[in-house]
Amino acid sequence: MRLVILDDYDLASEWAAKYIRNRIIQFKPSAERYFTLGLPTGSTPYGCYKKLIEFYRSGDISFKYVKTFNMDEYVGLPRAHPESYHSYMWNNFFKHIDIDPANAHILDGNAEDLETECQAYEQKIAEAGGIELFVGGIGPDGHIAFNEPGSSLVSRTRVKTLAKDTIVANARFFGNDLNKVPTMALTVGVGTVMDAKEVMILITGAHKAFALYKAIEEGVNHMWTVSAFQQHPRTIFVCDEDATLELRVKTVKYFKGTNNNNSSVEKSSLT
Amino acid sequence: MPSNKSVSDAAITQFINCRILRDHRLQRDDLWVREGKVLDPEKLFFDEKGYADKLVDCEGSIIAPGFIDVQINGGYGIDFSQASDDVSSGVSFVAKKILQHGVTSFCPTLVTSPPAVYHKVLPQIKVSDGGEHGAGVLGFHLEGPFISVEKKGAHPEQFLRTFQSGGIEDLMEAYGGLDNIAMVTLAPELGGSQSVVKELCQRGITVSLGHSVANLSQAEEAVHHGASFITHLFNAMLPFHHRDPGIVGLLTSDQVPAGRTVYYGMIADGIHTNPAALRIAHRAHPSGLVLVTDAITAMGLPPGRHTLGQQVIEIQGLHAYVAGCSVEEALEAASLHPAKLLGISHKKGNLDYGSDADLVLLDDALNVEATFISGEEVWRKGP
Repeated sequence: MRLVILDDYDLASEWAAKYIRNRIIQFKPSAERYFTLGLPTGSTPYGCYKKLIEFYRSGDISFKYVKTFNMDEYVGLPRAHPESYHSYMWNNFFKHIDIDPANAHILDGNAEDLETECQAYEQKIAEAGGIELFVGGIGPDGHIAFNEPGSSLVSRTRVKTLAKDTIVANARFFGNDLNKVPTMALTVGVGTVMDAKEVMILITGAHKAFALYKAIEEGVNHMWTVSAFQQHPRTIFVCDEDATLELRVKTVKYFKGTNNNNSSVEKSSLT
Repeated sequence: MPSNKSVSDAAITQFINCRILRDHRLQRDDLWVREGKVLDPEKLFFDEKGYADKLVDCEGSIIAPGFIDVQINGGYGIDFSQASDDVSSGVSFVAKKILQHGVTSFCPTLVTSPPAVYHKVLPQIKVSDGGEHGAGVLGFHLEGPFISVEKKGAHPEQFLRTFQSGGIEDLMEAYGGLDNIAMVTLAPELGGSQSVVKELCQRGITVSLGHSVANLSQAEEAVHHGASFITHLFNAMLPFHHRDPGIVGLLTSDQVPAGRTVYYGMIADGIHTNPAALRIAHRAHPSGLVLVTDAITAMGLPPGRHTLGQQVIEIQGLHAYVAGCSVEEALEAASLHPAKLLGISHKKGNLDYGSDADLVLLDDALNVEATFISGEEVWRKGP
């Protein structure tokens, strides 16, 4: 694992956006060889999306040959609802960049047959050649996407019932009315994300600190599903200082030290 | 081209680098148009996997809904109240000219005239869409002849009328018919007028109160029967009096039925109304303000921007004179409010998805840079 610690949310967002940008540029995507990117939603990646849009606007990057696969979507929420993940992705990312709409994939929470929808999604990922870089976040209960505590660590895309913690955390987007928050979602599985060539998890804020601790300093455990990535060959955790508050000083010092030994990718990230 | 064939093959235009008037605010957002209507780009993206064929760079301009002028008597040498054999050329001429002032729809207005004039003029013009040829005609605004002698203003006294026989019959006799009429201004204190108000409203014609010495109760009764507009507030009516506010009192009357709005036209050139009076009206009832030109034949002569369709000057004037009136409110007073008044806000006067793409591009000083009707550019400012 790499643990990249930045001083604050903005710097963490910038680092992550630069990493994505550099990976895409170095991949040299083309019509014959698309760069496949897995994407999250929520308040954590918001700053990263803003930065990526800036890079697009200044001509640093194009999304013309990028295919995206979002992690999840609520079940039963109208697609045009302002809190749907479709709306989030449109307003915060897709509408500002040059991605081909046919290449932007998001699970359809209003599909006739949810199971078929999930299987078809896995199929689409396979047809795209797998995910090159899967970007994700972490819930306060340590979940990745909507793989709530207790989710199988080899799970695939499926329907999940949301945990109380998640519903409470999401209530703020639904006027703090718990009754308005969707209770089910379609989500990629832990196994689905593990299949990606590389995984980057964004974690910012003190409220995520305990989850980060559980994810990287304790064992692999299906109660903290992000811990599964301890067994992935290429994982980066990008966080701000606040998110490290529950870690051992030794862990933080170690990773801050390694970050000072610049790899070629990182060198360009720091510029 | 780049859209799901099962929905539409029509070209999609995306206006970029602009601030659009939406949800009562100027927001930095793109505007999408297809087949003459404002398009929902999110639906296009997800449902059709579509994107724009053509980009129009607005270079930071404001995009507002095209202006709607509900009171314009003519211009550029044309007088709509003239009984000519070819009214249509006159209306078309003005319709084309007002595009440069950002007006995309209007109501050709006739002042008090003898029946012969109405019988000759009215049948020649139909409600029609705008386009390259000029602004759309929403229907006539007939100001008079059923108005008050005391408040005739510039109207010819000999042609004023009252309701003699059965109210609406008099009206039909005077006008010759009610087709293609968008609005009628009358004085509600005239005997028999209230039933006329009711009938006109039932036929979908907007009734406006003006050129009248009505007191507040008479005005309220008319509103109760459906009247929804006041023709050039303050002018040609009794002045506001604290014991009987008259028609002006409608702005704050508690007798206006729930859910209904009384709109009021203002010629905000600083001449027809003292800016302080304009401010009182606006502060009392900001959502009812409708900007009109009440332009006459002489508008546009000599050439130059001194009229600017008067609307834009008015907007500037409004902005300059009326403290607390934002740019957004001024723009809505020239577009959204007249559309709501005429009951056409489901397709005009706003930039909502599905509305007609009648647009005006403005700079920060609200000078018109370009005008679009149904998404097609119909006028652009020269270099």
